[in-house]
Amino acid sequence: MLKNSPCFLPFYGRRSRPNTLLSKLFRLALPLGMLSAAMTAQANELEITLPALNVAEYHAPYVAAWLADERGKRVVDIAVWYDTDMAESEGEKWLKDLRMWWRRSGRSASMPIDGVSGATRRPGTSSIALDGRFDDVPAGDYFVWVEAARELGGRETLKVPVSLPVKQTVNTRAEGQHELSSIKLIMEPAQ
Amino acid sequence: MKKSLLIGATALALTLASPFSQAHRVWIKPSTTSVSGDSEWITFDVAVANGIFHPDHFAYPAERLSVVSPCGEPVAIQNQQKLRYRSVFDVELTESGTYKVFNASQSLVAFWKDEDGERHFWPGRGKTGTVEEFYEAVPQDADDLNVMETANRLETYVTLGAPTADNNKLTGKGLELKALTHPNDAYTGEPIDFQFFMSGDKAQGTKVIVVKDGEKYRDTAGGVEMTADKEGKISLQFDEPGMYWLEAEYEDDKATAPAKKRRASYVLVFEVLPL
Repeated sequence: MLKNSPCFLPFYGRRSRPNTLLSKLFRLALPLGMLSAAMTAQANELEITLPALNVAEYHAPYVAAWLADERGKRVVDIAVWYDTDMAESEGEKWLKDLRMWWRRSGRSASMPIDGVSGATRRPGTSSIALDGRFDDVPAGDYFVWVEAARELGGRETLKVPVSLPVKQTVNTRAEGQHELSSIKLIMEPAQ
Repeated sequence: MKKSLLIGATALALTLASPFSQAHRVWIKPSTTSVSGDSEWITFDVAVANGIFHPDHFAYPAERLSVVSPCGEPVAIQNQQKLRYRSVFDVELTESGTYKVFNASQSLVAFWKDEDGERHFWPGRGKTGTVEEFYEAVPQDADDLNVMETANRLETYVTLGAPTADNNKLTGKGLELKALTHPNDAYTGEPIDFQFFMSGDKAQGTKVIVVKDGEKYRDTAGGVEMTADKEGKISLQFDEPGMYWLEAEYEDDKATAPAKKRRASYVLVFEVLPL
């Protein structure tokens, strides 16, 4: 999941290269690379904005995002953020609290799910690259669902419609009430 | 007639032998029914009570219950304790799938009056009566002798991961549920379909009552009553999520001698989840 996130790429780039001339050149090139990466990502991504909550005991919410058909059947898992680094998979104990996702997908899945499972996120906006993620999905009308459930907090689901394959630019937003600030789906027609 | 039999020491026996007889209800209530993770514990209350799910009468002995894992293996009840009004125990779920927690019993029972007009019940509290014992224990020429085949089944289901049904085949004994909708896949706003079988046959006319948790906080008990169709089927739908108690009762005269009637009950506690 993290590797698919465009905001993670520069960090990855810095860490993996020694400080040589090449790397200096690379550092010059990096902003350009980032820009193009960002633009590509911009074309197909799901933005999830989590609210900063003024509560005594804040735990980052568990969040799931998935593509479902009009009848609610899950078609593609996009992301599930949970406590992935607790000992003995203890963090999976609360996956059921993402109760829509749990029924549609999680309960039948073997955790972690490659390219889907990831650590919880702090408040703010996170972007998930969707490039190629829906390539195998049959043409039709779908929804991108996002569900958030927070320990000692509430639960909320949001969804935005999307027709696949994308024929014209999609920029659809849904506003949340308490556990999700907003979600935004941005997609471009395939070149 | 049912109420009039409820005297003295026989009351408790009837409570366990036949929920037909009175207002007491028996239930196994899990703390939750669908859990996630590699393994998880679920804690249970089991009681014979007036309220749903308010233990106020009698602790059902947990040692009478069996637990079967998703692949059909017996599972031990843990941390069992008999309290005043309820028994408590834990089950650790380590296999992915549905665990069944249940009791099933069949018995021949008899009611009669002696020369002094005093009422009697056989085989006694919590016991199982056979035909041979019946001829020895029950005076065959007694007044108002009423002999019945009874079968009582008490169930609940809990699931780690996705619901499964491999461990749940009809046995052909007593009143049984074929869950067309898995009890751990019941959600608000969706039809929940159940089918009843009596000794393996579709149990047309089975009477069913369903009561939601929190009965004591409602002015009207608010149970839903219905009768199974000729296929033995009922269809339920709920707007409110919560824990529900279902009791089904079946009675007919297709008994084998010396019984004249067969009577069976089935109890299920299941959770309706919100989406």
